[in-house]
Amino acid sequence: MITVTNLTKKFGGFTAVDDVSFDVQKGEIFAFLGPNGAGKSTTIKMLTTLLHPTSGKIDINGFDPVIHTHEVRQSFGIVFQDPSLDDELTAYENMYFHAVLYKVGTDGLRERIRQLLEFVELWDKKDVLVKNFSGGMKRRLEIARSFLHHPKIIFLDEPTIGLDPQTRNHMWNYIKDLNREEETTVFFTTHYMEEAERVAGRIAVIDHGKIVARGTAAELKRQTGTANLEDAFLQLTGRTIREEEASGADRMRSFAQRRGIRR
Amino acid sequence: MSTIYIMWLRQVKRYLRSRSRIIGALGQPILYLLALGYGLGQVFQRAGQGNYIEFLAPGIIGMSVLFTSMFNGVEMIWDRQFGFLKETMVAPVSRFNIMFGRVLGGATVATMQGLIVFVLSFAAGFRLHLTHPLVYTALAVIFMFLIALFFTALGTGIASMLTDFQGFQLIMSFVVMPTYFLSGAIFPLVGLPTVMKYITRIDPLTYGVDGLRGSLIASNTFALGFDIAVLAILSLIMLSIGSYLFSKIEI
Repeated sequence: MITVTNLTKKFGGFTAVDDVSFDVQKGEIFAFLGPNGAGKSTTIKMLTTLLHPTSGKIDINGFDPVIHTHEVRQSFGIVFQDPSLDDELTAYENMYFHAVLYKVGTDGLRERIRQLLEFVELWDKKDVLVKNFSGGMKRRLEIARSFLHHPKIIFLDEPTIGLDPQTRNHMWNYIKDLNREEETTVFFTTHYMEEAERVAGRIAVIDHGKIVARGTAAELKRQTGTANLEDAFLQLTGRTIREEEASGADRMRSFAQRRGIRR
Repeated sequence: MSTIYIMWLRQVKRYLRSRSRIIGALGQPILYLLALGYGLGQVFQRAGQGNYIEFLAPGIIGMSVLFTSMFNGVEMIWDRQFGFLKETMVAPVSRFNIMFGRVLGGATVATMQGLIVFVLSFAAGFRLHLTHPLVYTALAVIFMFLIALFFTALGTGIASMLTDFQGFQLIMSFVVMPTYFLSGAIFPLVGLPTVMKYITRIDPLTYGVDGLRGSLIASNTFALGFDIAVLAILSLIMLSIGSYLFSKIEI
């Protein structure tokens, strides 16, 4: 479903992603792990048509993101690290607007939206403005929305950041059920290792732009001779803390916090 | 088409739902109308220029359209990092349609804001002196929309190049306020010192305010057709530049 061959992305003299190759099978849940600044986000941006690779090849559902941008965009759904909902619209309107953008036909649309919102337990809140939702509710709505247009692949970029264990647990149950029912391929990143260990079929670990290990959680533990994935991860990527320059989004986040804006 | 419509609808829905913002944005124009209108009215009249409130009201309408549309455009920075716009960047639709729909929506909202100020100005003593009030009010709405279109596209273009709000104050100080004060919104365009005369001539809002004044109190410096042409051409240019910058956005 996803095939990446010798993918490289350079920003000036800096190589963010360095000759990366991997593939994800149809219906698989695949975890893409790595410390901050390892190249995770850059890779996801290239997979989701937001960034052009310097060299190498990507195949998403049979299409090349650089050439067949629209076909690739139609093939996936995405949950970003930061919310991408419209706060001044209701849950239902957010779903409906997504359906219009992805040209989901109006036949049975209401039924589809109801089914997904019931799935994430938000149907009774469908007419509530999203600004009145908690962080966890927003995430659930985003997950429901990302599945709306029957995508072949779902990208989840740190979807559980800042959520309590209850909500996280529920969220992964929704995603696993949808993965089973709709045969959607799931590609996700996270910093919670126990999450990856529990949910993912296969895992790839990226560091300094290169894939340093891949396999099932059990295989990674065996390779590194460790008892859990967290230790295996530290073994593979070292213990130094990675410093990252603040991005535009980071600056906006701290701006929002200073102003006490609730999003 | 459906993309343009849905982006337009979104802007309008957001506007109609944020009552506090609508009312908040009326404070400034009312203050200008009352403070300048009554404060300088006597001086204006003694200088033989007639009723200042009537002269000022079209300028203040132009100002509120300018502020609302620039704000609406620049607000996109927020929308891009934490809002619905980010969703649209990975949707299988053309970026031009997204940008165009958003600008049209923003321009519609700014026009509505201008209309509210127009209605309120009657309370401050503004009166129409025209034989066909409906026709000329419709013409004034066209001018409001053209002003709104240009400045929403400008704001969106600027926002496409920024990644956070650091530059926002700069835009206010060096784009929005000069555009307002140098447009003839609060003073007549005739009899200006030469330098000032040329500065006002390169300010796009000048033609908008002149058109509004022509439509509402039949007192324009340029021909109304000329005002419309200048604004329409500038809007088209700004839409092209804006959509180019917008298409280059990387998240």
